Amino acid sequence: MKKLFVPVAAITALMFAYAPIAIANAPYESTMRLVQKIFYFHFPAWMALTVSVTICTVASALYLFKGWAKADRIAVAAAEVTVIFGLFGLVSGSLWGRKAWGVWWQWDARLTMAFLLELIFFGYILVRNYGGPGAEKLAAAMGIFGGATAPFVYKSVDWWRTVHPKTSVMTTLGETSPEMWFVVWFCTFTILLFMGLLLAARIRLEEQRAALDELYLAAED
Amino acid sequence: MIRRTWIALVTFVLLGANAFAQQAASDGFVPMSSLPPGEELPAARFVVASYAFFLMLMVFYVWTIWKRLAKVEQDMKELGRRQGGATR
Repeated sequence: MKKLFVPVAAITALMFAYAPIAIANAPYESTMRLVQKIFYFHFPAWMALTVSVTICTVASALYLFKGWAKADRIAVAAAEVTVIFGLFGLVSGSLWGRKAWGVWWQWDARLTMAFLLELIFFGYILVRNYGGPGAEKLAAAMGIFGGATAPFVYKSVDWWRTVHPKTSVMTTLGETSPEMWFVVWFCTFTILLFMGLLLAARIRLEEQRAALDELYLAAED
Repeated sequence: MIRRTWIALVTFVLLGANAFAQQAASDGFVPMSSLPPGEELPAARFVVASYAFFLMLMVFYVWTIWKRLAKVEQDMKELGRRQGGATR
């Protein structure tokens, strides 16, 4: 893991350097024109959030039912990364919506559910930081419920009437504009790599904290 | 006191009613493409704001991780130093 960190960070930096060029050269969407360019980081941020939510949910379940301390450290790291990408997803969506829909926010199914998902994981962090003894297990339960909410967020655009584009937009994009489709997946892969790096760094922080706690306990003995 | 309470209550009700009031129904919609240039919101500032926010958020988050890691490692060193001093 440690050996991979620096090469992956270097590749990610190069990809981030190329991303603005790829985005600038991508074709304009016919109705939204320039503002659609927000999509190239908006969609990848939600993909990164989906991955981090999945990691948090699985790790929370492993901690809750198997008691693995390592899984708890992974879960708390993934929850924090989820909040960061969720925050960007909501803000970039709001900026896009202001131009495309004429409003900063709309309480429709997709946006409201995404906001609730963000609140669940923000709640996870609050419980971990201020919940006192036993907060780890309570937070793990929140992580599982957060994970259970995620599929509803994804399918909300197909199940309910909403102003947000449907999930089929990516399938049609591959058929109608392969250039745009390539840039979207290039940015998605870049942000997923970056999310992996953030997660690795955050897990390292949790491991160091656990090591420090053990040192304090050993010193008391 | 009662007068002030009444004023506050009436103000609250009036403001609340205004906030929850429905917008007047429009007769129809104008396609975005047919808007006069002056009424269109410039898109560039939203795109720039979005990417700038991403950059700032990620730089801030990486900085907080680095800061917290440095603090924990400093505490570990401090503890090691104290333990070394106690055993001597």
